[in-house]
Amino acid sequence: MPQIAQILETYASQIFWLLIVFGLIYFGIGKAMLPKIEATVEARDRKIADDLEAAKKAHADADQTEEDYRAKIDAARAAAQKATQEAKAASAVEAEQRVKAADTELAAKTADADARIAAAQAQALAGIEDVAADAAQEIVSKVSGVAVSRDQAASAVKAALANG
Amino acid sequence: MAAEGGKIDPMHQFLIEPLFGRTWEIAGYNIAFTNSALFMVVTLALIWVFMLGGMKRALIPGRWQAAVEGFTGFISNMMHANIGPKGKAFTPYVFSLFMFILVANLVGMMPIGIVPGLHAFTVTSHLTVTGVLAIISFSIVLIVGFAKHGLHFFSLFIPHGTPVPMIPLIFLIELFSFLIRPFSLGLRLFVAMTAGHILLKVLAGFVINGLNAGAGIAAIVSLPSFILMIGITLLELLVCAIQAYVFALLTSLYLNDAINLH
Repeated sequence: MPQIAQILETYASQIFWLLIVFGLIYFGIGKAMLPKIEATVEARDRKIADDLEAAKKAHADADQTEEDYRAKIDAARAAAQKATQEAKAASAVEAEQRVKAADTELAAKTADADARIAAAQAQALAGIEDVAADAAQEIVSKVSGVAVSRDQAASAVKAALANG
Repeated sequence: MAAEGGKIDPMHQFLIEPLFGRTWEIAGYNIAFTNSALFMVVTLALIWVFMLGGMKRALIPGRWQAAVEGFTGFISNMMHANIGPKGKAFTPYVFSLFMFILVANLVGMMPIGIVPGLHAFTVTSHLTVTGVLAIISFSIVLIVGFAKHGLHFFSLFIPHGTPVPMIPLIFLIELFSFLIRPFSLGLRLFVAMTAGHILLKVLAGFVINGLNAGAGIAAIVSLPSFILMIGITLLELLVCAIQAYVFALLTSLYLNDAINLH
């Protein structure tokens, strides 16, 4: 077995070159390159984690925006409904008031007309008395030839009308 | 493969041959640049190129960057799962260990022998190499353990709820199992890689010797051996990855003992 047979003549050279080569690997690769590569991997992992977090946050933001939008739409709908109802109620009140005003006006006109009719009636009645008194005075003078005074005739008419 | 006189030596692949710098010395120790050193450098170069592909640091990774990040993430997660946040400081070491063993194992499995004159060499099939790696891991565990907990580190050897009369015995057993760790760590990898490569080489010898012995023998010996070789090659590729993983995993578990005690 050369590994053991040659060990005495080769161990110095083996150890020497091994230490040089392994030293180069350790300091040139293990100490110099490895940390940089690990840093790259770590930076990538961190970037991925950050991006995922940002995506999660964006998702939450989108959800929040949608919720806000929903709430706003609901509020607007409620406001619109309220405005419609208010407008309806206001127009109903206004219509009622107008009807009421028209009613009072009509009532006033009716009352006025009634008063005028009553006045006309009274006037007509008074006219009838006058005409009846005139007629009675004339009839009496024509029938009996007696001149009756105006007052006598009027009171007689009044008495006859009151009885009639 | 040294096919001299029809004899195939399955151990030849583990032979260390100096390529140049035979006379280089440091304090009397020969440090010739051997084929083993060459394959260590090849391993280093491959890992370097592979890792460079992951240095684009793009937010959206390409295929190559994703592959590199797959490897780094694998070790980072393992360290985090076994040690916790304090394990981050040791990720570079365990990652270097894992990549070096994995790539060295896989490079040793490459069919480079197809090109005449080239021989694949598995760095991790050498006890010297796996031993040094195991000793480095064990030393880190010891240094971290004593630096963090001082003499309290010895409480690692007394599991919770041990009855008082049992403490000396348990302490000895635990200490012993602790001290065996570097040996098991280094030997496991060394033996797994060596055994697999010997098996493959022996089967390859059967294939070639059977072919040389004529058509009848080739049908009986070479064909089944070749089919078996395909299966075992796939198994070996799996073992390459598993052994690298086991080495890194055990190192992280031992580090966990040192950092968090029990």
